[in-house]
Amino acid sequence: MSAATETAVDGRAALATNADWDRQEYDDFLLHEARLLDEAKFDDWLALFTADAQYWVPSEPEQKSPHDTVSLIYDDRRLLETRVRRLASPRIYSQEPRSRTSRIVTNVTLEQREPDHVVVRSKFAMIEFRRNEQRLFGGTCFHRLVRHDGRLRIRLKRVDLVNCDAPLDGIVVPF
Amino acid sequence: MQRHLTEDLFRRVQPARVHRSLYTDPDIFELEMKQIFGVAWIYVGHESQIRNGGDYFCTQVGRKPLIVVRDASGTLRVLHNQCAHRGSMVVASDKGHTDEFQCCYHGWTYHLDGRLKAIPLQSGYPHDFDPANPKTAMLQVPRVSSYRGFIFVSQATDGPTLENSLGHMTTSLDDMVDRAPDGEIEVAGGTFRHTYNGNWKLYLENLCDAAHPWFTHRSSIDAAQQQKDDVFSDGSGEIAIRQMRQNGAPYSFWESQVGIWTYPNGHSYLGDYHDDAKLVAAMNDPLFRDYIAALEAKKGKDKARQILQVRRWNSNIYPNLSFMSQFQQLRVIYPIAVNRTEVHTYCFRLRGAPERMFRNTISFANVVNGTGSLVLTDDLEIYNRIGLGLTSEGAEWLEIGRGYQSDLPDEHGGRKGKNSTSEVYIRNMFDAWLGFMASRSMAVPQGAVT
Repeated sequence: MSAATETAVDGRAALATNADWDRQEYDDFLLHEARLLDEAKFDDWLALFTADAQYWVPSEPEQKSPHDTVSLIYDDRRLLETRVRRLASPRIYSQEPRSRTSRIVTNVTLEQREPDHVVVRSKFAMIEFRRNEQRLFGGTCFHRLVRHDGRLRIRLKRVDLVNCDAPLDGIVVPF
Repeated sequence: MQRHLTEDLFRRVQPARVHRSLYTDPDIFELEMKQIFGVAWIYVGHESQIRNGGDYFCTQVGRKPLIVVRDASGTLRVLHNQCAHRGSMVVASDKGHTDEFQCCYHGWTYHLDGRLKAIPLQSGYPHDFDPANPKTAMLQVPRVSSYRGFIFVSQATDGPTLENSLGHMTTSLDDMVDRAPDGEIEVAGGTFRHTYNGNWKLYLENLCDAAHPWFTHRSSIDAAQQQKDDVFSDGSGEIAIRQMRQNGAPYSFWESQVGIWTYPNGHSYLGDYHDDAKLVAAMNDPLFRDYIAALEAKKGKDKARQILQVRRWNSNIYPNLSFMSQFQQLRVIYPIAVNRTEVHTYCFRLRGAPERMFRNTISFANVVNGTGSLVLTDDLEIYNRIGLGLTSEGAEWLEIGRGYQSDLPDEHGGRKGKNSTSEVYIRNMFDAWLGFMASRSMAVPQGAVT
C-alpha cells in the first residue's frame, strides 16, 4: 500500500485535540505556501515538499486512492518536479498568457498528530484569471507535514475541490 | 435556411480544404445535430456499466439527455429522459439501480422499457386517455445495438446496422476486448470531464494527428527529458514522464514509423509510436510477463501472440468515440454548441490481468486524459485557440491537404497515409460528414408534429 493511500484523510475524522499545538506556526506555513503559489514562485513552492512527496487532487469526493481511480492531478515527487519545470517553460502554451491567482486560506485545524507527522486541514478559495476569464476554485486541503532540520515540509498535499467532478477546462496552475 | 445550407455544403468541403464556417456557423451546427448525431450510430456507454436488470446510467446524444437501462429481461433500452406528462426530466441521478422510473412532478411511473406503469389520480384524465397508448410512454430511441459490450444508438429507424457502419473498425474494438485474459473488460477507475471553447470536430481531428505532439507538447517533452530518473516515484510519475518523452520522438520517426489508416463512415486509427519498453505490451516489463502468461494460459500461445501483435494507438469511431487498447482508454465527445464541447474519458479493467496493470492504466489516464495533465492541457489550449482564431475571419479556408497526393488504398477498403502525418483521416471524416449532411435524412425533422 502506498504512502498516499495510508494517509488518505477522511474529512469526517475526529479533530485531534492537543493543548500544546502551535497553531500559529502551521497558519504561517500555509499562508507562506499560498503566497509562493500566487507569486508564481514554483521552485520555492517545490522546495517545501519532501524528497518522497506526493501532491494529489482527486477527481471524486472522498476518493480513497490515487491508484485505482483517476485524479485531476496525482504527482509523485518525480512528476511534481517535471510539472514545476514545465511551468517555467517559455513554450507552455496553456500558460500564454499566464494565469494570475489569488488565494485565501482559512479554517486551519489540526486533524491528526503522530510522532513523526501532523495532518493539518484547511479551507481555501482560489480565484484564477486568465485570458479574460475568471474561475473560482474552492475546497479542503490536507497537508501531511513533517519536520526536517527544524522546518516544516510537505509529505503529502491533498486538495479536495468542491467541484472535482465537474466538466473543467485545463488545470495548469497548482492549487 | 437549412435547405439552402444543404445545397451549399458541397461547396464548403473541397478535396484538400474546408470552409471555416464548418467550425463556426451555428446553423451548420444545428444541422449536424440533426443529420449526424440524429442519425449515425452514436456511442453511449459500455455494458459493464449496467450489468444487471434495473441498472441504468444517464448520458446524452448530441444535446439530448437519455437514459441507458437494462430492463428486467436483460434487454438494453435507451429512453429519452422526459416525462410524457408535462416534460420534466425523470431521472436525475447519473447512475443507479431501480425497478421503475418515477417522475417527481405528478408521480407518473414507467416500466424500464418506458411503458407507462401507473398514474396517480387517473380518474381525472380525459375519458379517451389510454395508458397503453405509446404516446404516454417515455420515448425509446429506435435502435440500440451493442458490439462486444460497446453500446451504440441510432435515432434513425432504419439504415445500416451497427456492424455495417463500423466495418473494419470492429477489429479495433476486438483489440480492446481480446487483451483481457478472461475475454471481458469493464469500465472502472472514474471519469474525467473536460471542456473547451471550440467545435466538436476538432477533438477527433487531433487524436490521430502525428504532426502536432513534437510542437504542441514541447513544454512537457522538454521538462520530461530533463527530469532525473533517480528521484522518488511510486511508478505513477514514471509512466507519465516516459509518455511525455515519447511525444518527443523526432519528425522523421513520426513520418515514417507510425502509420495512419482510414475506413468508410469517417473512422480511422493511428499506429503505435512507442518504443519504450514500459509503455508497450509484449515488451520486457516484468509486469507484462505476468500478463502475457495469464493471456497465454487462457488463449494459448499463438492466439496471445496474435492479440499482442496488434499495435494501434488511437482508434476513432466517427462521430463521437475514440479509444486506445494498450492502456485501456476511451473518450466520448459531446457537442454542446458550435464553439463549446465536452469530453468524458473512461478507463477499462482487463478481467484476468494482474491487478497492478490497472494501476498503470490509471497513471496513463492521468497523463493523457487528465484535466490537470501536463500534456492534455496544451491540447485543450489548441482547441480554445482554434475557436478564438477562427473568429478573426482571416483565411477563409482551412487546409487539410497533407498527404493528399500520396495516400494509398488499404486492403480492407479504406485509405491510408503513405506518410503517418497525412491528414487523410480528416479528409475521411469530412467525406462521412458530407454523406450525412447532404442525405435526405431518415431522422424525424425537428419540430415536426407526429
